[in-house]
Amino acid sequence: MAMLSFERKYRVRGGTLVGGDLFDFWVGPFYVGFFGITTAFFSLLGTTMIIWGAAMGPTWNLWQISIAPPDLSYGLAMAPLMEGGLWQIITVCAIGAFSSWALREVEICRKLGMGYHVPVAFSFAILGYVTLQVIRPVLLGAWGHAFPYGIYSHLDWVSNVAYQYLHFHYNPWHMIAASLFFATTLALSMHGGLVLSSTNPGKGLAVKTPEHEDTFFRDFIGYSVGTLGIHRLGLFLALASVWFAAMCIVVSGPFWTRGWPEWWGWWLNLPIWGH
Amino acid sequence: MAEYQNLFTAVQATGPLGDGVPLPKGDWRRSGKPFLWHLIGRIGNAQIGPVYLGGLGVASLVFGTLAFNIIGFNMLASVDWSPLRLVQQLFWLALEPPAPEYGLSIPPLAQGGWWIITGFLLTLSIMLWWARTYRRARQLGLGTHVAWAFAAAIWLYLVCGFFRPLLMGSWSEAVPFGIFPHLDWVSALSLRHGNLFYNPFHALSIVFLYGSVLLFAMHGATILAVGRYGGEREIEQIVDRGTASERAALFWRWTMGFNATMESIHRWAWWFAVLCPLTGGIGILLTGTVVDNWYLWSMKHGVVPSYPQVFPISVDPALLGAK
Repeated sequence: MAMLSFERKYRVRGGTLVGGDLFDFWVGPFYVGFFGITTAFFSLLGTTMIIWGAAMGPTWNLWQISIAPPDLSYGLAMAPLMEGGLWQIITVCAIGAFSSWALREVEICRKLGMGYHVPVAFSFAILGYVTLQVIRPVLLGAWGHAFPYGIYSHLDWVSNVAYQYLHFHYNPWHMIAASLFFATTLALSMHGGLVLSSTNPGKGLAVKTPEHEDTFFRDFIGYSVGTLGIHRLGLFLALASVWFAAMCIVVSGPFWTRGWPEWWGWWLNLPIWGH
Repeated sequence: MAEYQNLFTAVQATGPLGDGVPLPKGDWRRSGKPFLWHLIGRIGNAQIGPVYLGGLGVASLVFGTLAFNIIGFNMLASVDWSPLRLVQQLFWLALEPPAPEYGLSIPPLAQGGWWIITGFLLTLSIMLWWARTYRRARQLGLGTHVAWAFAAAIWLYLVCGFFRPLLMGSWSEAVPFGIFPHLDWVSALSLRHGNLFYNPFHALSIVFLYGSVLLFAMHGATILAVGRYGGEREIEQIVDRGTASERAALFWRWTMGFNATMESIHRWAWWFAVLCPLTGGIGILLTGTVVDNWYLWSMKHGVVPSYPQVFPISVDPALLGAK
């Protein structure tokens, strides 16, 4: 039985954006909906294309399989299937599947009477993907600037693109993004740790209260953001991480073509320093 | 729905401010009179303070401030004591570890001696802060989960600055203090050892880093989305499940076929965050000590992809006898 003990009363009809009652049903634990159908369509087609690409490629080694975008010489045109055309179809499928997934989340939110925070947050991740695979390649004039679909090949892409700018750590948006990634992880460890420490205080001890949580953090660092605030802070930090990560790559190439260490020249050459 | 998305606190209740749960006998008194800051209250609690200093906290702050100042004065010395140059070149300046020829010996102060002293003081400060984290929790009758998560971060810090240099037999392997210099260290380490992206523990660490950000986005968004049902009252929801927990769980169950509980999501969170520095530390510790070149190691283990030859073959100038 796929339903939780309390689930039945929540399984009500309605809340759909498209299709009325037509796709308003569940399969096992999964809600379907119109966007469940489109998600399934795009992800099955995309996955099939990846497997086909792998079959046509030199290896079945999971780590080495790579489906590359078209050569730069194709610019923004369509390429033959085995010359990057597969990559183009897969990219379309991915964007279709991600967007469908977000819209399906919207329908589920409406069904459960929840805010839209999760699909909005997921949209930031989609934006990150679209920035890498569509916006930046379009700005640079060729699909060949996008990353290939492969476990190690996409790491090679990151490495190679980064060294084209000599030292990517000097990219100021990359600096902000990396700091935010670390800050989010730090905040997550403290939030998870704090809730667990209140509810698991040790054998024989009573479960503590949010008052204890606030007191611990005030004693510890002089401020407690609170039970509601930590979730706002965490969501903000996470979304800001993704936003600045997208920024740091979209400026690399379209708006800055030299080494990133050189970018800082403006600061060193401000007129305030004298000689 | 549009008027209630729970992004900001619209109405702030104010009242007498409290010091919080009483401390057990033998602890210091809390410092600072708490006050309200309206803007902060738009997002989280408006109350700032009080803070508990305590012996461990004071000692930690003293050693930390010492370390911070030694770094600052070394940087200042490196620009001939010009405050203007210090501000101008702050991001480029460093307190560097000793040069390779000193190995694990103690060099003169200006040749890395200050770096060793600073590292010692900073480590002391961090250890005392860890003890404080542990003790503040115990004194309030809480579990010590925050302290153990902190310990995972300290592990990575010690690997980079102490354990790995020790195994490599040279302090010069350690991380310099400075903004750009520590980034240079990261790049140099990666290049010297055949690209850290080919280090599987680095890959794991990145997975947990991105995974932590993903988890916090999912968790933060979920709790805010069920805010109208009191979802942020997590402890109450854990011990006595309400409709907020049920909706939050069903949202993910219906979306991806699986859900955490109000308690288990915090276990996922804790483990993802902790495993990031834990696996990262393992990866750094192995670099140069057990594995010299991660690219060659990955070639040997058959994970490196091959690419079509699109450029003419170029010969390494070193092979042509060029010096």
